[in-house]
Amino acid sequence: MSLLTDDQKMLQEMVASFLADKGNIAKQLRHWRDIGCKDGFGHGLWKGFAELGFTGICIPESHGGLGLGAKEAALVLEEIGRNLTPSPFLQTAVVAARAIEGTAHADRWYPGILSGEAVLALAVDEGPRHAPEQTAIEAKRQGNGFVLNGSKQFVVQGGSADMIVTVARTAGSPGEREGLTLFTVPKGAAGLTIDNVSQVDSSKAARLTFASVALDGDAVIGEVDQGWEPLSRALNTGRAGVAAELVGVAAGASAMTVDYLKQRKQFGKFIGEFQALQHRAAHLYTEIEIARAAAFRAAELLDSGDERAQLYVSVAKAKAADVASLAVREGVQMHGGIGMTDEHDIGLFMKREAVLGELFGDVYYHRERVAQFGGY
Amino acid sequence: MTDLDAFRSETRAWLEANCPSDMRKPIRSEADVCWGGRNWTFQSDAQRSWLEAMAGRGWTAPDWPKMYGGGGLTAEETRVLKQELFRIDARPPLTSFGISMLGPALLKFGSEEQKKRFLPEIARGEIRWCQGYSEPGAGSDLAGLQTKAEDKGDHWLVNGQKVWTSYADRADWIFCLVRTSTESKQGGISFLLFAMETPGVSTKPILLISGSSPFCETFFDSVRVPKEQIVGEVNKGWDVAKYLLGHEREMIAGMGLGASGSSVTLGPVVKPTNPFLRSEIAAFDVDALAFAAMSERFAALWKAGEAHPASPSMMKYAGTELNKRRNELAMRAGGSDALEWDSERSRGGATARTWLRSKGNSIEGGTSEIQLSIVAKHILGLPGA
Repeated sequence: MSLLTDDQKMLQEMVASFLADKGNIAKQLRHWRDIGCKDGFGHGLWKGFAELGFTGICIPESHGGLGLGAKEAALVLEEIGRNLTPSPFLQTAVVAARAIEGTAHADRWYPGILSGEAVLALAVDEGPRHAPEQTAIEAKRQGNGFVLNGSKQFVVQGGSADMIVTVARTAGSPGEREGLTLFTVPKGAAGLTIDNVSQVDSSKAARLTFASVALDGDAVIGEVDQGWEPLSRALNTGRAGVAAELVGVAAGASAMTVDYLKQRKQFGKFIGEFQALQHRAAHLYTEIEIARAAAFRAAELLDSGDERAQLYVSVAKAKAADVASLAVREGVQMHGGIGMTDEHDIGLFMKREAVLGELFGDVYYHRERVAQFGGY
Repeated sequence: MTDLDAFRSETRAWLEANCPSDMRKPIRSEADVCWGGRNWTFQSDAQRSWLEAMAGRGWTAPDWPKMYGGGGLTAEETRVLKQELFRIDARPPLTSFGISMLGPALLKFGSEEQKKRFLPEIARGEIRWCQGYSEPGAGSDLAGLQTKAEDKGDHWLVNGQKVWTSYADRADWIFCLVRTSTESKQGGISFLLFAMETPGVSTKPILLISGSSPFCETFFDSVRVPKEQIVGEVNKGWDVAKYLLGHEREMIAGMGLGASGSSVTLGPVVKPTNPFLRSEIAAFDVDALAFAAMSERFAALWKAGEAHPASPSMMKYAGTELNKRRNELAMRAGGSDALEWDSERSRGGATARTWLRSKGNSIEGGTSEIQLSIVAKHILGLPGA
């Protein structure tokens, strides 16, 4: 526990050098943004992820994957965060892969994930705040299947996805965990409207409208009315993953800022000589180390099936979001005027943090969960 | 079964037979801590027999060589012993600045005679030490210390004053930084050892805002110290001092939170009902649990030699600031109950006293500001820090 194994260190080095070279801001984020790409990420790089085996990290060996876990996914995601690499890795290879694990849908979709051809998404939120229990979108039985009516938002890469894992209500009322069911909704399903929205960080998240979308009974993932458990499993893996990505965003912004403190001169001195900035930079460094420890802990507990995993997932997500927010705010402020320009990369970290901080529950959502787990 | 497994099962059996049941209860107050020393009065027979049993095996200082009264254990065996002690909630048999601070410095810098003279006595808990570092004019700028030791041929003549000397009024001996040269700031400091009963040494307890007096002012008025009681070379005491401070910070950092067996999180303990307080406490609990993960990670990294040498400063900063915040929130959560100072109901004002005492955490052993400067310079490589 806690320390990386030799294999994990090797993976980390491999991902770091691959993304620093192929996944950097100029080649990916700025490139796709500036040409107005509808996906917001490059399929070529996604294939590259597959060729190196990264897309199979969370897929069992029996299905041709690497059979690794959340810890290894975290190592990849920290590097994705550091490079602000736009990639379907989290949504497709971590979250959706977990959601369909152990079901017939795995046989259908895992080959595409492994080859880097498939892109999958998860549709949960129905309002501006993450609240999976509040799922209201209705799935009514009709014959052998179901008919869905309602809407979803913040479906990351939903406009590019070949299939969207969608949580809908088959019983009960909003607020209840019972009565939720997960469905696979294919691209182009009749009655499904996809509004592909560009977000502040130039990533894409769809708003979906379901107008009597008819699905077969075999579109159900797991058991009808029992979707909470596989949904939680997928969300918690995703939350631990976002936490790791946020640590990467924080570390990337912080490294860029510390470099700037060593280069920029004012009053005839490097601004990094001023104690007012030194102490803030040292505080930030400390916070990032703590956030990384929390993210690793959450991933390790998920991988070992420990009952404290849910608690630490929320700790990690809340802490990493807080720390990454501090890192990007300090980053822009310490860069001064240049930090306000589009030309400089530091502002891109601020935009990314805003999106990741919200994804799968913001700091308030996760503090609330920590309080509930603590029985107060 | 590996040797280590065998060691574990032997250790477990021995602890089962030798650790008294009263010594397997959490430490509730300062009175439960066994400091040892010449004038120590054991709180109970259990406290005495637990110390004697552990000292008999050298396990009060498990990784020191046997010839100096230690247990002669390897790093792995020491870790197993600690795990087994933790498993049965055993209290430390001995809490001693001699073991945690002076001992490691003597092992590295002491002469063979000094090691033989002092280490076995320290390991047995028969001598209690205090640390003479800070002075009224030398706090954060410790190397600016002025307490003077003059070479008088067959002895050093020490004159000056120390402050914030922990338990100086109860200590048998002091390890003390003195100025032996004014030509260089850090290069004019030496490291002396002497008995607190030496004529000319006097102490005066300092009453803290918490109502307790764990620290003293210590005065030296023409104190004669035998020449051989210097550790390391003359004017090279700063190296010894820094090594010892590193051990102190590592110890503080390694303790992390919940060292006293208390809960890491605050919410489950105080059950806040006001929604605004509840949200602040939930934010604290996130930070506390994250830091607990960091403490474990740091300990593992440190043991594996993968931690940055300056990272104990980071841990000390983060851990002490967090502890202050915990106590602020505990006071707010307690409302007017937490204001009581000496009632039985409030366990003698425990909440308020602990809150006030915690303010010293980010001052003693190097202030938070000093730790941040160390991180800025040595880890981030910022210029001129």
